[in-house]
Amino acid sequence: MPESTSTLSHIVTKFEKELLEEWIKGLTNNSARRDANAEKELERTCAQFLNALKSAASDSSQGIEGRAWEDIRGLLTEISKSRVRQGFSPMETANFVFSLKQPLFAKLRTALADKPTELAEETWNVSSLFDSLGLFTIEVYQKTREQVILRQQQELMELSTPVVQLWQNVLALPLIGTLDSARTQVVMESLLQKIIDTGASIAIIDITGVPTVDTLVAQHLLKTIAAARLMGADCIISGIRPQIAQTIVHLGVNLEDVITKATLADAFVIALEKTGSTITYAKQGR
Amino acid sequence: MDRIPILTMGRILLVTIQVDMHDQLAMTLQDDLTERIVKDKARGVLIDISALDIVDSFIGRMISNTAAMARVLDAKTVVVGMQPSVAITLVELGLRLDGVRTALNVERGMELLDMGVSFRHH
Repeated sequence: MPESTSTLSHIVTKFEKELLEEWIKGLTNNSARRDANAEKELERTCAQFLNALKSAASDSSQGIEGRAWEDIRGLLTEISKSRVRQGFSPMETANFVFSLKQPLFAKLRTALADKPTELAEETWNVSSLFDSLGLFTIEVYQKTREQVILRQQQELMELSTPVVQLWQNVLALPLIGTLDSARTQVVMESLLQKIIDTGASIAIIDITGVPTVDTLVAQHLLKTIAAARLMGADCIISGIRPQIAQTIVHLGVNLEDVITKATLADAFVIALEKTGSTITYAKQGR
Repeated sequence: MDRIPILTMGRILLVTIQVDMHDQLAMTLQDDLTERIVKDKARGVLIDISALDIVDSFIGRMISNTAAMARVLDAKTVVVGMQPSVAITLVELGLRLDGVRTALNVERGMELLDMGVSFRHH
């Protein structure tokens, strides 16, 4: 194995310039993107890669997980990450590595033309090496994508739990989506903080946007209400759809200690009454 | 020995917990408070826990017990100034302090007591 990898290193060193040219030609032919800046950047990255490949292949019998390949792994990681951000597809990203195969094999064929056994072996070695490099690239690509998704989930969670002030001393908490324990925690924290900030004494929890209420969701709701009560604020649940009312009763969830209203408007009227405000219409007879 | 001070405001007693509670302190407070409710003929007790950042089940039960004792002696009890983190912890511990009145701050608590206490006079 050490001999064969050094053959690779030898070839890369000898034909670096030609390899680079052919590689870039293959890369730009394959992709639909044409941009002078990007091509210059691509050229720089490719040169860096070949350089790193040269040194990695020369002194190592280890697989690509070895220390000698650290530079290459770092380089591929960087390329993958930046390609995720630029919106490349996984295929295009993997192609970066795979498209070096063709020019490299051509060079191997010329160099080992008179030794068919060695050629076959060398081709196999280089091929499997590039396959693992390509797979590594894809893995990084996938991981970066997952990180993006995770971050978006967190942002979504923060965005989906607004606490709004409806009136002096009255807060509203329109819940949209399913209520799991992680979200309950966020909801609870933001509600309690808002109670402190505004000095509110009533909070209306509107569950119009909650698709289903099971025992777990109900328990989370009751927890939130209990925490708000400990801070001196009463809660009203509003936006209970007919089906949800049925489900709640069938499940035997006890909401008897909580004021419940069918619509947010009804809840708001109660909240105003409780905080000592009344509604009067400017014109009579409406 | 450490003691938690109890202030008298008319017929209302004000207790502000500002140090870490431990068993002995809690027992002393309960002794002092019950004694003072009887002696001062207090009609309301205000327990301010705004300085408490951390609670455990012991402190939670202590607060709930103190309130229950005051209630037995016919004094309305209001716990005020609970921090959000404390409220969440108590709920997660399953201590919902049922039967204890709560208010956001001392001012709101006073309003609550005033209502309740003067209501009793009429």
